[in-house]
Amino acid sequence: MTATEYKAGTNLEKILSEGKFAVTGECGPPKSADGSVIETKAKLLGGFVDAVNITDNQTAVVRISSIASGYTAKQNGMEPIIQMTCRDRNRLAMQADLLGAHTLGIHNCLCLTGDHMSFGNHPEAKGVHDLDAINLIKMLKDMRDEHKFQNGDDMDPAPKFYIGCAENPFGDPFEFRSIRLKKKILAGADFMQTQCIFNVPKFKKWMEEVRAEGLHQEIKIMAGLTPLKGVGGARYMKNFVPGMDVPDEIIDRMTGIEKGPASHAEGKKLAVEMIKELAEVEGVAGVHIMAVEWEEAVPEIVESAGLLPRPTVA
Amino acid sequence: MITAERKPLDEILALVGDKKKVLVAGCDTCVAICLTGGEKEAEILASELRIKAEQDGTGAEVEHTAAIRQCEWEYLDMIADKVKDADIVVSMACGIGIQSMAEKFAPRIVVPAVNTNMLGMPQEHAVWLERCGACGECVIGETAGICPVVRCSKSLMNGPCGGSHGGKCEVTTPEKEEIDCAWALIWDRLKEQGREEMMLINRPPKNWSKSSSGGPRKMVREEAKPV
Repeated sequence: MTATEYKAGTNLEKILSEGKFAVTGECGPPKSADGSVIETKAKLLGGFVDAVNITDNQTAVVRISSIASGYTAKQNGMEPIIQMTCRDRNRLAMQADLLGAHTLGIHNCLCLTGDHMSFGNHPEAKGVHDLDAINLIKMLKDMRDEHKFQNGDDMDPAPKFYIGCAENPFGDPFEFRSIRLKKKILAGADFMQTQCIFNVPKFKKWMEEVRAEGLHQEIKIMAGLTPLKGVGGARYMKNFVPGMDVPDEIIDRMTGIEKGPASHAEGKKLAVEMIKELAEVEGVAGVHIMAVEWEEAVPEIVESAGLLPRPTVA
Repeated sequence: MITAERKPLDEILALVGDKKKVLVAGCDTCVAICLTGGEKEAEILASELRIKAEQDGTGAEVEHTAAIRQCEWEYLDMIADKVKDADIVVSMACGIGIQSMAEKFAPRIVVPAVNTNMLGMPQEHAVWLERCGACGECVIGETAGICPVVRCSKSLMNGPCGGSHGGKCEVTTPEKEEIDCAWALIWDRLKEQGREEMMLINRPPKNWSKSSSGGPRKMVREEAKPV
């Protein structure tokens, strides 16, 4: 594929387009004006992941904006995938920010609905939700491919984005989940990252449905993974994080291991085993490692999973 | 009261599709008072649908009825027999009534013939104005009995924006009619009440979690529950 045929020409797009197994990471910006946090995290992940998601006020908690943080990551050698939620901005603000992100050299965007305000630190805020994630994907695709704003007005030049979406294979109703992915593909998504997978058998069952529909040939699917630091985190996710499916076997495996280096080592080992298993699933094009506030675990996990060196693409 | 406007006939016909036994169900409360969806309007819509069915030779049979209130279970019991014979119900109630019908008579298909638009009042005959946004935290005790949440186009809480001119808002209705500036009205009435100092209240950001923004709301009156 030549450069002109790429939709956005990002490192992530090139790796996935060439059929190489992609690895992405995740960085949460800080709850302060300290931009050096992103700088540190970007440097830590450099050479170990192909691109890094920059969260957008994740769990509805205010942080440095994803676009500003994405720019910082880029300045520090890490390709950003900015996340954009529908919770905080209407279509005017979203389009303005997308144009702005393009001018800053940011060309991967993951389109999300966003966690509800009630989960975050400003529960009294008005939720915008002018668009939903599927609307956002379509709007971004129309900007990129049709050179049109959401209202149909022309623009020249148009921004270039490799368009991502998320999907939770463990949400209910289970039968609807692959339909929802299909809707996102039809809207224009190029790649998809899943919610954290702990229940591998259930993920495999979901992938069977995805393959039966041929969806894995229409979108690049990246399996999401969160390394566990200990049993506490596993229990928290099982009981308090909406849409998360943590089987008892995972809890049992982490139970009784001393909290600290021992549980960290076991969590990393489990993550490596899961990556190897997920990589074997037909239709999985890469892995997305969400090491929440534990970015320093990523290099070792990626190396132990046999995913180094990361491919370079022209 | 809740107000609604009837949908265009073509939209209603598209919702009805090829169903053969159609029941148009009016509601004799709010939508009857705003002359949109009472028994009389249900009869008119049924006639329109019947004429269209004859013109197009669809063979559809159209009946009409009306509930005293579509939003309360006991009143729905009173029209249950009519609903039983229908393939589809075209409800002319507000969104609450339509959903009550759909739930009560599930899985029978219930479709809306109206667009519910506001909580308002008839300012004069055949003219309704929006008065309440059901925001869950009323502020009009401080704003001279005038709601800035829905009567100010920007839901401002601390006085008018720079777009207020001659008592009018910078925004007009879709029909290009002028809208009163809510904050100009508030200012005038506060002066009349000798309470201008209330304009100085610096209101913090509103708590929208009590509005629909916080998720679907539920109200329970424990003391009113049957023992």
